Amino acid sequence: MTAVSSRQQLNYIAAQAADARVNLEIETEGMTLNIGPQHPATHGTLRIVAKLDGEQVIAADPVMGYMHRGYEKLSEVRTYPQVTTLINRIDWLGSFANEVPFILAAEQLMEVEAPPRAQWIRTVLFEMSRIANIVLFLGDMAVQVGAVTPVFFAFRDREHILNQIEAATGGRFHPNFDRIGGLKDDLPKGWIVETKQAMKKMRSFCNEIEELVMGNEIFQARTRGIGVVPADIGLSYGLSGANIRGSGVDWDVRRDGTTGAGGLVHNELDWRVWTHPDGDSFSRFWVRLQEVRESTKMVDQILDGLPSGPIMAKVPRIIKVPAGEAYVETENPLGVMGYYVVSKGGLAPFRVKIRSASFNNMSITPWLLTGVYVPDIITILGSLYFILGDIDR
Amino acid sequence: MSTAQVFAELAYWQQTGIRLGAGLAAVLAVAGALVYLHLFKAVSFMQSRLGPMEAGPYGSLQLLAEIGKHLQKEDIFPRKADKFVFGAAPFVVLASTFLLVVVVPAGPDAWFVNSELGIYLGLAVSSVSVLGILMAGWGSSNKYSLLGGLRATGQLIAYELPLILAVVGVVIQAGTMNMADIVYAQANGEIFGLGVVGNPYILTQGVAFIIFLIAMQAELAQAPFDMPVAESELVTGYMTEYSGMRFLLFFIGEFATAGVFAAVASVLFLGGWYIPGIDPGADIMNLLGPLVMLVKIVGLTFLVFWTRFTMPRFREDQLQRLAWKFLIPIALANIVVTGILKVTF
Amino acid sequence: MIRLSSNDTVDVTAAEATDDTDGDAANESATDEVREAILSELEDEFGEAVVGAHIAAGVDITVRVTSEAWATTAEFLKDEMGFEYFNFLSAIDWLPSPFGRDMDSQVDLALDPAAEPAEPEAMEQGLAGGDTRFQVLARVNDVAGHRAITLKVDVDDSAMSMPSWVPVYAGANWHERETWEMFGIEFVGHPGLRHIYLPGAFEGNPLRKDYPLLARRVKPWPGIVDVELMPTEETDETDA
Repeated sequence: MTAVSSRQQLNYIAAQAADARVNLEIETEGMTLNIGPQHPATHGTLRIVAKLDGEQVIAADPVMGYMHRGYEKLSEVRTYPQVTTLINRIDWLGSFANEVPFILAAEQLMEVEAPPRAQWIRTVLFEMSRIANIVLFLGDMAVQVGAVTPVFFAFRDREHILNQIEAATGGRFHPNFDRIGGLKDDLPKGWIVETKQAMKKMRSFCNEIEELVMGNEIFQARTRGIGVVPADIGLSYGLSGANIRGSGVDWDVRRDGTTGAGGLVHNELDWRVWTHPDGDSFSRFWVRLQEVRESTKMVDQILDGLPSGPIMAKVPRIIKVPAGEAYVETENPLGVMGYYVVSKGGLAPFRVKIRSASFNNMSITPWLLTGVYVPDIITILGSLYFILGDIDR
Repeated sequence: MSTAQVFAELAYWQQTGIRLGAGLAAVLAVAGALVYLHLFKAVSFMQSRLGPMEAGPYGSLQLLAEIGKHLQKEDIFPRKADKFVFGAAPFVVLASTFLLVVVVPAGPDAWFVNSELGIYLGLAVSSVSVLGILMAGWGSSNKYSLLGGLRATGQLIAYELPLILAVVGVVIQAGTMNMADIVYAQANGEIFGLGVVGNPYILTQGVAFIIFLIAMQAELAQAPFDMPVAESELVTGYMTEYSGMRFLLFFIGEFATAGVFAAVASVLFLGGWYIPGIDPGADIMNLLGPLVMLVKIVGLTFLVFWTRFTMPRFREDQLQRLAWKFLIPIALANIVVTGILKVTF
Repeated sequence: MIRLSSNDTVDVTAAEATDDTDGDAANESATDEVREAILSELEDEFGEAVVGAHIAAGVDITVRVTSEAWATTAEFLKDEMGFEYFNFLSAIDWLPSPFGRDMDSQVDLALDPAAEPAEPEAMEQGLAGGDTRFQVLARVNDVAGHRAITLKVDVDDSAMSMPSWVPVYAGANWHERETWEMFGIEFVGHPGLRHIYLPGAFEGNPLRKDYPLLARRVKPWPGIVDVELMPTEETDETDA
């Protein structure tokens, strides 16, 4: 296991001491505060029932389901290509990334492999949806801490990415571009040059955020040492993505995949996995910022090395998936996203279990929010970074 | 015949009428200008957008549209609210602003009250707004409002102290609490024997000025001290349940108070209405003085809103720590140093 | 002020050296050995309790255990084998849909009307076998060793209850609540088994195959565009 820093241990001990203290002092009459379901900080309709003693949280219980759409049930009555339309709406900021693991699972069952060019374009769109997603997080986190302006920069610069995604796929938010066996279309003319320029803008955006937000003393005071997730706790709660890498666990499915996902080409690129030993809100923010930078590098490399060839493998016009079971997970913007697809050989999947990142990431909140102050609820939730569609599915 | 003499010959009700009109203009017109210049335009440009562009040239009439919109809206009282307290709270907040503007002189004769206790009175009435905010927080019978109101109270009380202590330095140096006399003291003062620009106290009381600005930011509950309204945590804190006209009063109060505090700061530290080279008591200053003050107000409030839209916010305990462990000791040290120098020179 | 290289201690090359490129034909045998080792270690520990296993070479491993061994398997995997990471927990209802093909895609009917079976087909469990209608499945990872395993367990139809994993993997809490809500499987030892997505008064277990998807029953899904008749073509069906 990754080495746990002494600072992390101290934070962990402090958090547990706070727990104990709160439990002892529970005699004072508390107040129950309903944060949400309509609240500026809940990215949708999450509700957190917080029992407060003054401004300290004694117990916090997230209540969700306000947006539960039943995708697992609905998937059972849709054909495989139709399912991608649904799952586009799970993490609505990085939609393309949602499609990839499902398509890969279906490809695995059908024993089809997308042609190299399709895999490379898939990877570039995958990384671009990561950038589009995390850029908004970087701005939004500043808003949660109270700085209003960075989110405008985030929306402004995300446009560059969305424009490129739209140019390639025809959809800004919900591309629905991935197909079993390849992609819907090839890239349009001139797209590569424009995307490279967009990547330059994203890198300068990262520098801007680094100076404007991360370098700010107040931001650091609000996030450092707040919401510390020790690595072992994070693992047992199944945290993923930057949340677990922010706790010093060097694990990225793009590099360390265990499910035989052959449809993405991260292994052929030169990039690195960033981790941060502290496990606090700041480290999660820091890791995400570095990930955007790595993603822009990856996109540049892919655009340089894009192979030529077809973008669609030979698949039947009407897709019937042979009976079997497959689980494929990928490192999505929010964390590990996987689909456990059970097929009985029909046109529609027999069962689709959607393992979404935010559901696991949020399940730590009752533990993590105990003992913190009301303002820290917001920064912790912000730094865990959930999207409600990804929790409620 | 000077303006003062003309004014003195008017009947009492006429004088009062003029004062009331001028007071309203001083608060509301300034507030409107600040909303347009800073909230609608300057901040929009910082955030790479244009701000309102449709109502009037460059959206300059947008504020009127907003006021019209708010006046038409239903004035909602929550069912469990303490109706009287809830209804009265915005007026209490706005009243404190109007009372504060009373002590600010904008020219040798352009004042409302020329009290020997000027700044003392001003600081006293400015604290009334805490009462209004607490009333709003309690009366709304909303948990967010209550938290916001309590946070505001703790914060405003904590920052009242550095604010007052910063002013004490100025009062020691000027030797008077009369606001107009403070301006004269700056106009006629000398610094190291140079009297060309007078002695605006920002030069000798720079530390106090910075403390005053920080405490002012906190008194106005603007970021990084905006916990009472922290929109990402408490929705909008004590204002959460307000709608229509009462919300508008809070909104005006926010900007009017910013303007008035900036006016106080410009009198205390920037020389008030004084222009170097012109006798501060000259009759023409009754006309030029308000304009000079307006320029200084706009400049100072720009700092306020620039900071507000740039900085993240503190947590409640960090804010208290800043006030008690940092600002107050420095302000006290500033008073001691000022006192020693005052006696020495 | 900002430590830009806080993880300089992480040895990237070492991490990349252990990197196994799954699905790669060259590495297939190697990863297979890894998964065989997992299976044999489990079999050594639990013996008869491991009732089924399936290894997809170079892809994945699925192991089915008895419900008595469900909790101890989790403890063993976490404490002894390093599978510290809780990935997910859910269930599968293997009952073929009692509503015939209308719970499946309408397209099936449009393409091949004869495909509608006269009676529901026999229940057939998937990888690693099974004997009961419901199976709980869970997946845990060994983050450092880059290994993962899917576990399955049969749920006795009359008891409909399983030991909870929450004492072992804290993250199982919400997943078990969801599984309880969606399938009606009870988890003994769970600290607070209550609704997570659905309203508290909701009746039924939506992900069971015999729970009708009402929207689909009242209005058939249009299906693939290709097989829809053009408006000019005559149909004897009334439009829904």
